[in-house]
Amino acid sequence: MFEGLQARLGEIVKRLTGRGALSPEDVDAALREVRLALLEADVNFKVAREFVERVRQAAVGQEVWKHLSPGQQVVKIVHRELTSLLGGATRELRFAPQPPTVVLLVGLHGVGKTTTAGKLAALLRRRGRAPLLVATDLRRPAAVRQLQVVGAAVRVPVFAPEGATDPVAVARRAVAQAVADGHDVVVVDSAGRQHADDALMAELAAMHEALRPQETLLVLDAMAGQDAVRMAEQFAARLRLDGLILTKLDGDARGGAALSAVAATGLPILFVGTGERPEALETFHPDRMASRILGMGDVLTLIERAEQTLSAEQAAELERKLRRAQFTFADFLDQLRQVRQMGPIDQLLEMIPGFSRAKLPGLTVDESQLRRIEAMIQSMTPQERAQPQLIDGSRRRRIAAGSGTTVQDVNRLLKQFDQVRRLMRQFDDRGRMGRLFPGR
Amino acid sequence: MATEPRGWLARLRASLARTRETFGERLDALLAAPPDEAFYDRLEELLVTADVGAALSAAIVDAVRRDPRARTPEAVRAALAARLREALGPPGTLRLDPPPAVVLVLGVNGSGKTTTIGKLAYRLRAEGRRVLLAAGDTFRAAAIEQLELWGERVGAPVVRHQAGADPAAVVFDAAQAAAARRADALIVDTAGRLHTKVNLMEELKKIDRVIARALPQAPVERLLVLDASTGQNGLAQARHFHGAVGLTGAVLAKLDGTAKGGIVVAVAHELRIPITFVGVGERPDDLVPFDPDAFVEALLAAPPLR
Repeated sequence: MFEGLQARLGEIVKRLTGRGALSPEDVDAALREVRLALLEADVNFKVAREFVERVRQAAVGQEVWKHLSPGQQVVKIVHRELTSLLGGATRELRFAPQPPTVVLLVGLHGVGKTTTAGKLAALLRRRGRAPLLVATDLRRPAAVRQLQVVGAAVRVPVFAPEGATDPVAVARRAVAQAVADGHDVVVVDSAGRQHADDALMAELAAMHEALRPQETLLVLDAMAGQDAVRMAEQFAARLRLDGLILTKLDGDARGGAALSAVAATGLPILFVGTGERPEALETFHPDRMASRILGMGDVLTLIERAEQTLSAEQAAELERKLRRAQFTFADFLDQLRQVRQMGPIDQLLEMIPGFSRAKLPGLTVDESQLRRIEAMIQSMTPQERAQPQLIDGSRRRRIAAGSGTTVQDVNRLLKQFDQVRRLMRQFDDRGRMGRLFPGR
Repeated sequence: MATEPRGWLARLRASLARTRETFGERLDALLAAPPDEAFYDRLEELLVTADVGAALSAAIVDAVRRDPRARTPEAVRAALAARLREALGPPGTLRLDPPPAVVLVLGVNGSGKTTTIGKLAYRLRAEGRRVLLAAGDTFRAAAIEQLELWGERVGAPVVRHQAGADPAAVVFDAAQAAAARRADALIVDTAGRLHTKVNLMEELKKIDRVIARALPQAPVERLLVLDASTGQNGLAQARHFHGAVGLTGAVLAKLDGTAKGGIVVAVAHELRIPITFVGVGERPDDLVPFDPDAFVEALLAAPPLR
């Protein structure tokens, strides 16, 4: 996420925090690099210039140079300014006092409107709402069909009448339908264009007029370049926009253009898309994102993801089993699945403070290795999962054959599992930490 | 921590709103005064705003600054054009002989692959070639249907499996079909993938291997589709896709907005791959061969690009 920016700024931050005292020249040099890092991250050049000037003024005003750890102070200021540039406070989705709430998604071709519509519907469903998806992109080949497939995947009904040609009429009918069927949120996927031309704007303005949406959200691609600011302004000039959604943040996109769009339009980012799974849409937190950009980690999001996938009872049950060393392959399989539900391991790692991809460029978590482990456990009988000591040579061959792995793979898994169990027994023997810390 | 008054953001907003002039107009305004140090900084910024990238922009402007002939506005413009033209390298062409040729179309999500394929198929059909399409994007919802609609529109049969099928298997079948039906060109659609997803890049390598095995004699074009509005991430995309399968060219899609598409300069310069086509509209015939001279001229011209 914001990766290049993160790596560059993280490097600068590290150099600053390592120093006892900073000279004005140090600060100038650091800020020059900050500016270059911002430009390379597609931050609009005016935003970059203003931002650096702003940080310089704030830093000088506070006379940080006499402090014990001046570098930390600069980091703090950069963090604060970055947070304010990213919109300041977290902005949640607003609901209409009188349902249904209408959410209109707008944006250019290929930014991810339809995928985002599906993810947003899924998120609303998780939060106990009853959303209805509406397909109004009647121009792009198979766009309606795409939303239908996306809707089916997240189990949200899609309003898409056959042979319709007027998107505004479709949207109107959809809202009426939502009222009749008791849907409390209507998510409208609109048509895109290759650029914000008059025809598109007229269509969207008519749609906006007819629906009076509670939220009109512009969907932006995190990989966009310098033109993103102009594009966002074109939309903002013709439509009353309420916020932004930033997509495709799961790659190494630096997101600087989107960040500039926030600065240019004054609109908050409500959500960010972080992957291809339907649940990969997250509430955007400016302060957390600023932390992440500066390499301070994002523990809060990590915890939230864990809470979302692991219930309190499941956690308690797991802890009990761990303590009594009753941990079996069946539990291990559960565990594995829960962790993977939280998202790609790579992403989870990035949220850990101090974890830097720049330091470990070659590091990639091999998700297929996890799948192999899953396959091996699934090839075990319930009895074998509970009592791994039963697994002899012939059973190992069977498991290997069943899971498409080798006997060596199975051996390795059994050995590792045994080590983990031994370790747990040590926890168990003397309270929690037992023999691990014999001196205590 | 107390929130700062947002005055500076308001100021910034106002200053951004003034950035309305086109690249060419701003270049003209710059060239109106004799070059000084600030001039070269502004020139560099101008290239950055066209998504050419901070590093390459600096290098280009540095070369212009050191060019003893570039002392008049017209000479500066010419020197700038020459440097950009140089960075772009020679124009690219599709290798289609001996048939069946394979065109593997790659890119990140939403870059415009399927539409580019539709237009490319239209183009090859208009040249009288038999075109076969392979629905290798089995992941995105309704991607197969979208390709089939294009196939119907331009008269190119589509080899498809079910959604969720192994794309390598689809491509294998399509390659067999291309040989059996004596197609001139097989255009392969692939699922959009972020270049950072290791397993998806592995999948791409597998597709590439399957093509090489099924049609060992066929010329294979591996084209990366880049969205014209893409920023510096386009360079990361190109590096990764090039590393995975070895690109033979790139297509600049969606160059009908206000974005300049300057990222192709950086991509062509760094990876030494030609830009083969450019998509300039939404009609089937809106995919044209990329002309580096015309591109540079349009970039530096006073009226807005197209």
